[in-house]
Amino acid sequence: MSRVIEIAKNPLLIALALIAALLFLGNTLSPGFASGGQILRLLIVAALLGIVAAGQNLVILGGREGIDLSVGGVVSLSAIVAGNVMNGMDGGIPLAILACVATGALFGLFNGLGVTLLRIPPLVMTLGMLGVLQGLLVVIRQGIPSGRAAPALSEFVTRPFLLGLPGIIWLWIGVGLLMAFILHRTVFGQRIYAIGSNEQAAFMAGVPVRRMRVALFMLSGVFAAIAGLCLLGYSGSSFANVGEQYMLPSIIAVVFGGTPLSGGKGGYTGTMAGAVLLVVLQSILTTINIDESGRQMVFGATLLVLMLFYGRGRGLRA
Amino acid sequence: MTSVSSPTRQDNGSFRALLGRFPFLPALLILVVLLVLNGIFEPNSLSFRSLTGLVRTYLALMLLAVAQTYVVYAADIDLSVGAIASLVNVTIIVLMQHMGGGGLSVLAALGVGVLVGLACGLVNGFVVAALRLQAIVATFATSIFFTGLALVILPVAGMPAPTVFWRTYGGTFFGIPFVFYVAAALAILLYLLARTRLATQLLAVGDGQQAAFQSGLPVTAIRIGGYALCGVFAALAAFCITGDTASGDPLVGAKMTLFSVAAVVLGGSALSGGFGTVAGSVIAALIIGLINSLVFFAGTPSHWQNFVQGLAILAALMVGVLVSRRGRT
Repeated sequence: MSRVIEIAKNPLLIALALIAALLFLGNTLSPGFASGGQILRLLIVAALLGIVAAGQNLVILGGREGIDLSVGGVVSLSAIVAGNVMNGMDGGIPLAILACVATGALFGLFNGLGVTLLRIPPLVMTLGMLGVLQGLLVVIRQGIPSGRAAPALSEFVTRPFLLGLPGIIWLWIGVGLLMAFILHRTVFGQRIYAIGSNEQAAFMAGVPVRRMRVALFMLSGVFAAIAGLCLLGYSGSSFANVGEQYMLPSIIAVVFGGTPLSGGKGGYTGTMAGAVLLVVLQSILTTINIDESGRQMVFGATLLVLMLFYGRGRGLRA
Repeated sequence: MTSVSSPTRQDNGSFRALLGRFPFLPALLILVVLLVLNGIFEPNSLSFRSLTGLVRTYLALMLLAVAQTYVVYAADIDLSVGAIASLVNVTIIVLMQHMGGGGLSVLAALGVGVLVGLACGLVNGFVVAALRLQAIVATFATSIFFTGLALVILPVAGMPAPTVFWRTYGGTFFGIPFVFYVAAALAILLYLLARTRLATQLLAVGDGQQAAFQSGLPVTAIRIGGYALCGVFAALAAFCITGDTASGDPLVGAKMTLFSVAAVVLGGSALSGGFGTVAGSVIAALIIGLINSLVFFAGTPSHWQNFVQGLAILAALMVGVLVSRRGRT
């Protein structure tokens, strides 16, 4: 019996069960909701969120109140940078990828240095960085046109590529495999869990805690930047603050995936399911015929109910 | 205005002791520097008129920062303060409109507004403290809910406030602008609140939940109390927003949430709880206002202003965190 409860408490299984239930509900409410083409569309949107959430997941796993509120700003900035570098031409894609990765890594580096060298709490540091990024976006929009996606990039994101799945889904699967490999098969991954569960002990054991943390924030920036690049391919051209919608949802996807905000335990597979769960939920709400206001209320309330399924804090005991 | 600093710190250095007792000193210093800089770039910006304008615009942020401070005391956070302010804003606007916009209707609407803020705070407190959900994501979820509710009450921005309301808020009585009376009343209120048992208990919970629980404090009730207080102050902030903008907007507060968190940190309170002052948060809200006006007066090209503001706030946050930590470790 306890074994059954143990399995039922697995966040990945909870998320998968909820996704199945929501798909069933969606299909009952509006037939065709769970059709192949529709699910594929949902997966593309989920992939964008999931890639941002990969970086968020790493930062959160690293503990010490790790969180990255600047991801939304990096997504927006990266979309603009990519749009301008490639400017609608396939030949510019490699350079655009480089520019995006560099942008993301740079802002991640700033975040990481602020958190480690200056010991600013991550929430504060990345919040301040978000303000800087938003200001930077205004400056850039003033002087530079928003830029266009190269046809090949748009095709990569929206058209079937292999086995009927678009390239971005394969990219996301690749990110998932990479994350699983990093977290469970490398020293780096073991060290993430080590600093996340007990920083002091990890430090004593010789883990370069500061360098680790800087690396985590840089990875978060890079993942956000890659998502920004893909988002450009998805929407064709970048527009103001496209990335803002990813900031808190990326954190919720991580939480729904079973990684508590206190860090040190959890993984990325759950987060992927969490991202799909969020996107399916949002999509169901758009198919139901209610006002935007009602939709928001239902969304907020459902998020709260879903959170009840996941790691609630422990009760206090004397 | 007074301060509540954690009573159990013992420091050797006098600087540290001073910081431990008045954690908002760094913020106060930044405030003075910014005032001087403002005066250098535009002497007019220190005129009575300009300062009145500054207070009128940033009183709302001051109140939101205070609201946030009480939950941060207990090591919680509330990402829904902006949404609560929006909800109260549209509630009182619609009520005042329906009741004819007279003096009595304004008072009745404000009363309802406070109750709405209190109810929102209780909801937050319930989901975070009683249901034990993680504060960041749970209050984000409630903020979506509150925003939806605000959109039900007023789907699009634009319904005007009754003349008597914004005339009063922007008016002058006995030669002194109304907002200064509000500021004075706020100072007294905060002074009294700092002396209440709830303020001390919130700090105790933030210092160590387990310890607070073991010494017999009703931790859950205290945290709910913190959120309730936060909701009420968010409602008060909404009154100021309404007075300043003279209209209803279901999304007006959204952008202010993160500023309120920044102000709390800038004011010297620790996000990890157990340590801080509301005075610091009020000063920090003014700092954010002064940074914005300084960037403007220094002749920054309009599209660079947001960027420079962002950098300046980030820099101020760093200085604030670095200096105030010296008072604690």
